[in-house]
Amino acid sequence: MPNATRNPPETGGGIDFGAALPGASGNETAAGRERIAVRNLNFYYGSHQVLFEVQETVHEHEILALIGPSGCGKSTFLRCLNRMNDTIPGSRLEGEVALDGRNIYGPGVDVIALRRRVGMIFQRSNPFPFTIAANVAYGLKVNGLARRRSEFEAVIERSLRAAGLWDEVKDRLDKPALSLSGGQQQRLCIARALAVEPEILLMDEPASALDPITTTRIEELAIELKARYSIVIVTHNLQQAARISDRTSFFLMGRVVETDATRKLFTNPSRQETEDYITGRFG
Amino acid sequence: MRKHFAEELDDLKEHLLYMGGLVETSLHRGVHAFLERNTALAESVLKETEPEINRLQVELDQEVLRLLALQQPMAVDLRFLAAVLKITNDLERIGDLAVNIVQAAMRPHELAPAIIDLPRMAERTQFMVHAALDSLVSRDAQLARQVLITDDEVDRIRDQIFRELIQHMTREPQAIELALSLLFVARNLERISDHATNIAEDVIFWVEGVDVRHHLQP
Repeated sequence: MPNATRNPPETGGGIDFGAALPGASGNETAAGRERIAVRNLNFYYGSHQVLFEVQETVHEHEILALIGPSGCGKSTFLRCLNRMNDTIPGSRLEGEVALDGRNIYGPGVDVIALRRRVGMIFQRSNPFPFTIAANVAYGLKVNGLARRRSEFEAVIERSLRAAGLWDEVKDRLDKPALSLSGGQQQRLCIARALAVEPEILLMDEPASALDPITTTRIEELAIELKARYSIVIVTHNLQQAARISDRTSFFLMGRVVETDATRKLFTNPSRQETEDYITGRFG
Repeated sequence: MRKHFAEELDDLKEHLLYMGGLVETSLHRGVHAFLERNTALAESVLKETEPEINRLQVELDQEVLRLLALQQPMAVDLRFLAAVLKITNDLERIGDLAVNIVQAAMRPHELAPAIIDLPRMAERTQFMVHAALDSLVSRDAQLARQVLITDDEVDRIRDQIFRELIQHMTREPQAIELALSLLFVARNLERISDHATNIAEDVIFWVEGVDVRHHLQP
């Protein structure tokens, strides 16, 4: 076989594929402005320190994945972003978590309002023992965001559509949420979180208990939701982090070892610890 | 620790080096068959090493695809498997080019005029293939860079040989046939050195994560 010619096409030359992709270089993303800025975050359960001097940013329209071995602090960190750890007895936090420049641990912050802006999806779907419709409407009621029946109906439909569940449940909105399958329950919880129009979604292993097809649906959903929200996702599934996130942070023993563009971190990480972890040579 | 995966990667590398060894043998025999007009040596390439090289290329590529699909490798492992996929291709091409030299050796030919530095070009080319494979064994990006430098030297020798052969042909038209066969071998050696360069570049990519091809990155 003769040596194939390697000349670029006539029109070609100098196409920078990297530039068109989000997260192509360093810590920058095609995503927009900074929404969350975490500075020098330390977190303790009693005398036990679980987070050490964590620095992190979350941008508009990006998915940030948090990876690391069990007990590395990634879930604790995620919960710090909407003050989910507040009620844990003996817990203590130092440092700052700023949402649009304002410290969410500062004086006078309304935690309910904060959680409306920074919603959370948990590992195990946790629908309330109400009807499907009532689950989605719950946050609206708590926050007093809707009054008329037509307002509720509109939000319920919009949220269920956004969560990719509408077509499956539109004829049985008054049925118990617990009658849904596991994957549907998880999407219902996403719809419930979306109903109050959050700006940032925190996901704590949202697909770890789901089958591959349902997992794909959740992942596709996350990518679609990125257009409107910022998403921070904790996952044990490295492939999942690689598939959906723009940037990835590797946590180890309460510290952020490395945060970088996902495509960089999974092909050529800067730190040996990261490489050992993602190639399975860890421990 | 993914012990089994690590072992599978080691096996793959061993297999690749075995293929590399056969390619070196083909090249070595081709060069000597030509320089020493040894047809038996030439035939051994066609009968023994070449078919085995082709078989290994297919086998190794299948193995890489299997590991990619089943192990979903990341970082250095991912770069290694991507590199293997390319290196098998380059090795197979070197094998084919060695066969070209072998075929030239089997045609009646005369040895070069003393001025023609074909033996040195062959030696440098063989060094490049050998060093590229050595850099793979020892994950030695420095040695791989040495291969890239040697490629420039081989290109210079080729230019010199071409110039001298053209002069030779102009002076002695009856020597054109001989000169063409030497040109042909030099051309094949030069292409082999290009493939050795590719392998060295893949080793650097694997070890350092840096793509040095086409001087796009330092």
